[in-house]
This record gives sequence, structure tokens and C-alpha cells, in this order.
Amino acid sequence: MTSPRKALVEVRDLKMHFPISGGLLRRQVGAVKAVDGVSFDIFEGETLGIVGESGCGKSTCGRAVLRLYDITEGSIKIDGTEIGTMGQGQLRRMRPKMQMVFQDPQACLNPRMTVAGIIAEPLDEHGKLSGKAKLDRVYELMDAVGLNRNFANRYPHAFSGGQRQRIGIARALALNPRFIVCDEPIAALDVSIQAQVVNLLEKLQDEFGLTYMFISHDLSMVKHIADRVAVMYLGKVVELAERDELYERPLHPYTEALMSAVPEPDPAIEAKVERIILRGDVPSPSNPPKGCNFSTRCPKVMDICRKLDPEYREARPGHFVACHLHDAGIMDNQTNAGSAGAPPRNEHKQQGEDA
Amino acid sequence: MADFTPGNRPNALARAWDSDIAWSFRHSPLAVIAAFVSILIILAAVFAPWIAPHDPFNPASLDLMDGFTPPMEPNAFTGNVYWLGTDNQGRDVFSTILYGARISLFVGFMAVLFAMVLGITLGLIAGYRGGWLDSLLMRVADVQLTFPSILLALLIFGVARGFIPPAYREAMAIWVLIVAIGLSDWVQYARVVRGATMVEKNKEYVQAARVIGAHPAKILIRHILPNVMGPVLVIATIGLALAIIAEATLSFLGVGVPSTQPSLGTLIRIGQGFLFSGEWWILLFPSITLLALALSVNLLGDWLRDALNPRLR
Repeated sequence: MTSPRKALVEVRDLKMHFPISGGLLRRQVGAVKAVDGVSFDIFEGETLGIVGESGCGKSTCGRAVLRLYDITEGSIKIDGTEIGTMGQGQLRRMRPKMQMVFQDPQACLNPRMTVAGIIAEPLDEHGKLSGKAKLDRVYELMDAVGLNRNFANRYPHAFSGGQRQRIGIARALALNPRFIVCDEPIAALDVSIQAQVVNLLEKLQDEFGLTYMFISHDLSMVKHIADRVAVMYLGKVVELAERDELYERPLHPYTEALMSAVPEPDPAIEAKVERIILRGDVPSPSNPPKGCNFSTRCPKVMDICRKLDPEYREARPGHFVACHLHDAGIMDNQTNAGSAGAPPRNEHKQQGEDA
Repeated sequence: MADFTPGNRPNALARAWDSDIAWSFRHSPLAVIAAFVSILIILAAVFAPWIAPHDPFNPASLDLMDGFTPPMEPNAFTGNVYWLGTDNQGRDVFSTILYGARISLFVGFMAVLFAMVLGITLGLIAGYRGGWLDSLLMRVADVQLTFPSILLALLIFGVARGFIPPAYREAMAIWVLIVAIGLSDWVQYARVVRGATMVEKNKEYVQAARVIGAHPAKILIRHILPNVMGPVLVIATIGLALAIIAEATLSFLGVGVPSTQPSLGTLIRIGQGFLFSGEWWILLFPSITLLALALSVNLLGDWLRDALNPRLR
């Protein structure tokens, strides 16, 4: 797994702050730091899972990577092309490479367009296919996602949640993208349907060599689909590692707490599982705590945590963590740190200056 | 396997009959009556040249001796009988009403169309772009709302007349009127569309269109516009009644259409001069027509608003 792989998506120090304006003159009085300095790579053909609780910025992060927002700071490279600073006009030409599957299959389809119209829309926008060729492509896509061709003329309201999500996936596939952000694609679905959609996503990944950024709060589903997993807390990635490594040897106290919350199907084991119950609420992203963002709820909090923001470092090869508990471990491992994954902050700052 | 051709929707008529809105229409007697009256007046106005027994604008067919004939009574000199009587110049009141409604409706429809196109365009842009452009447009709208719309229409009418050479004034009068009423009315459309656009633009299907790489203009026209048209149609229907009344008011004040092309408002203005001398029919019948038209269109608008409001269903 540690053999050098090509990074398709490189995100460096991504920040997405939403201004809060107030007062009589609508001046900016603050900012919601939804994503506050996030760095990661996504390798070609892999699935990077992003997990975290509600409001931790995982969806914002996904949308910012696709530049649905004008990002505050940072660099996003897709297949070597910097899109972080690209204008929306230029960006439109990049769109075929990167697509998105949305959370709410009801809301992401225009209620006034037929299924064929919805799936053909990206083709209209980027291709010059004739009516016949376009229709063939629409049918091909419907076959690929397991939709009956006879439904091409129907409107989204006539479909179930799972079928609607298939329509959304077919639309995302229409332009042969290389990278797809799946923004909680199964959160709005029934449990029995969730497995079907996830299996479909995996099948399509094998078939078309797709790279996924899979955002979810369902830890067991992420464990199933992801190759590597990033844990987000309050706008920051606190830990990123290979899936098995992360699930078996979590380093960050927040990850430990998350992992202890995963339900265990076997009641015998379930009885023995020790849950780590976090106290308090997530602080407001507009006013994050001083020092480590997690210091207000961390069971292993130390004095330094309340003063100094821990650096995001490679604690073990391919295993990144931002926690003062592992500052020492970093010293030992830094010399033989592998090249897989995102480099530490200092290094990418230099990269930024070069660019 | 069903054959797929884009835009082909099987049994469009049957589906329309089964739709919620058609059901609501069939079960609202008031809406049915209002629709009947509106359509009757609109058809009568459209086909005025074929329905009207006289051409009130052809001086050759007029006989001054026929003037002031009361309704359904033979004229004292000529013995001619007119359903709704004649005015001071011997014009058949029924025919003038048909031709007058034609002009009133034309001005009303065109003014609403003008206001709608202007309001929707600015509303979509303001709502989608946001920022300073939105602030600018909405402050202009706020300022405009501080003036009564009839005053604004008078102002626009006056300014426009100042720019148009006298030789064209008569011919341009109707178009100036349409622009004046339309310009004083666009704000409502712009505000409603802006509000709806701001809601729609954050929905995932619009985000999805952005991910696809659709041009903003295409997103606005193809995705947002169809989904904000519901409330716009309601305002447009009620706006039609208001535009007809505005036109009548302006014509009544003598600044609207020229008296060679009398609208319902002009007829009422002419008629009110004879009210105290006893020729009541010259005023009454155009007034009733205007009332029936404005009321029925308004009732239709009210019904449409309720029918499209999911919370009232």
C-alpha cells in the first residue's frame, strides 16, 4: 500500500470562511470558519472517506474542493491543475473531470425535468452529441446505474429515494469524470437501500477507475468503502490514515471516541465495548477555542493543548495526526516518514511560495 | 419499449385534467364563474370587429341625429333601436364598449408583459448574483415603492410625451401608456422573483447544475425560472386587473389613450359628463363592463394564489 501512487487531488491548507456581517452598515464582524486549514491528497483510484459529526465542515470541505464556493485561502490541484484560484468561467471547462453526488436525492434533481433531460444535461453542456448519440449515451448511463430504460421520460417525483440517487449518479458519470465527491450520498436513504447504492458506487469505481471523496457520518459504511479515512473536527482534519490503521489504532482522542461509538452487531462483544462519552458541545466555528480545537472536550487534555494549536504531522508512515500527545512520536518517526499522504504544513508553505 | 423523444409527454391533456390545479378549479364555483366572465369579455373584445353592430370609429356610419338614444327605445327622430343606447355623437354604446375593452385589455396585457419581463429579469439577476447589484436594484425598488404607482405612471407619461415629437404623440400614446404602467409595476415581480431565486439557488439541483458546469444564464433560465414562475403567475393575474384599472384611471384623467381610440376609461370619462343631464347609460354600461372585467380577473388571481399555496390545500 505504501508504493508511491499518483495523487489525483492535492489539497493544501484549504480555508473556507463565511463572513458574518452585522451592525447598521453590514460590516463584517466575524467569520464562520467552516473549513480552517485542511491538507490532504487523494490518490488515483482510491476512496478517501471523510468522517466527522454534524457541522464539522466535511460537506463544506467537499464543496470547496469542487470550487462550489470561492475559497478563502489555500490550493487545490486536480490532476496537476490548480483550481483554487481559477475563475468560474475557466472552472466550467474543468467540470467534466470532477463531479459530485449529492446528499438529498430529492432536492438534487430539478422537479421539472425528465430523467433523460437530467442525465443529458451535462452532455448538452460539454458535448456536441446529436440527438441519437445523446439518447444512446443516456440509455448507456441508465444501464450502468441499474435504471430501467423505460423510465427515461418520467419525472423525478415518480421514483423512490434509491432510484433518484441512481439518477444523480448517472448524471455525475455522464462526462466520464475522474474524481467524484460523494457528499453523504446514502444519508437520506433507507438502510436497505444504502447498501445497494454503496455497492453500485464500488462497482462503478472498478468499472471506470473513479476516485472518490466519500463524505459520511456513518463510520461503518466508511469502513466498508474507503481506502483511507480522514477525521474532521471543527473545520480541521485531526487524523488521516489507512482505513485499517485508523480503525484499529486511532491516535487522536477524538477518533478514539468516534470509534468507540460504532455499534457492534455481536451483543457479546457489544457488552464489553467501552464507550468514551464526550462531554459538552462542539464550540462555535465562528469562535473556536484557543489552542487545540478539541481541548474543550478532550478526555486527555493537557496544559499545552489550551495554549498551542497542535501541528498536523505524520506520526507513523502514512498516518497523520494533529495532537500534542503525539508530538514526541513525531520526532522519532520524522526521519523515516514515508511519502504517501499530505506533507506537514511547513513543507507545503514552501511549495506555495514556489508556485 | 417506450420510444423516447424529448418533450413528448403522453396524454398531456388527460394529465392536465387530472392535475391538482384543474381539480381545484372544477371545485371552485367562483373561479369557474370568474373564468367564464373573463373569457367572455376577452373573446368579445378580440372579435369586436365581427360582433359589434356598428363601427364607432367610422364617422361615415354615424348619424348625429341618433345621439342620446336611451337603451332599448326607438330614437325619436330616426326610429333606430340600440341595445345599450348611444352617446352624444350617436355612437352605439355596445359597440364602443367592445372596442374600448379591446384597447383596455391590449394595454393591460402588454403592460403586465412588460412589467413581468423587466421584473423577472432584474429579480433573477439580483437574487442570483447578490452583493452590490442586489442592494442597488432593491434600493431602487424601495424608492419607487414610496410613490403611488398612478403618480409614477403620470410622471413617466408626462416625461415620455416631452421626448416624442407632437406628430407621433397620438400614434405612440398607447405604447407610452404601456411602458408607463409597466414601469410603475415591475417592482412586485422583481421582489417576488428575487426572494424565490434566493431560496432556489441554494437548493441542491442548482448546485448540481453548477457542478455540471452550466453557464449561469442557463442555470437561471432552465433551472430557477420554471421553479419561481408559480407566484409570478399569481401576481400577473392580479396585476392584469390592476393594469386595466390603471389604464382606465389614466384615461379617465385624460392622459391615457387619445379619444379617437376610446378605451373603457375614456368612455367613462365621456359618460360622466352626461350623468347629471339624465343620460345615465353612457356612463353606466362601460363602468359595469370595467367592473366585471377587473373583478373576475382579480377573483381568478385570488383563486390561483390559493390553489398554488400548498399550505391552504
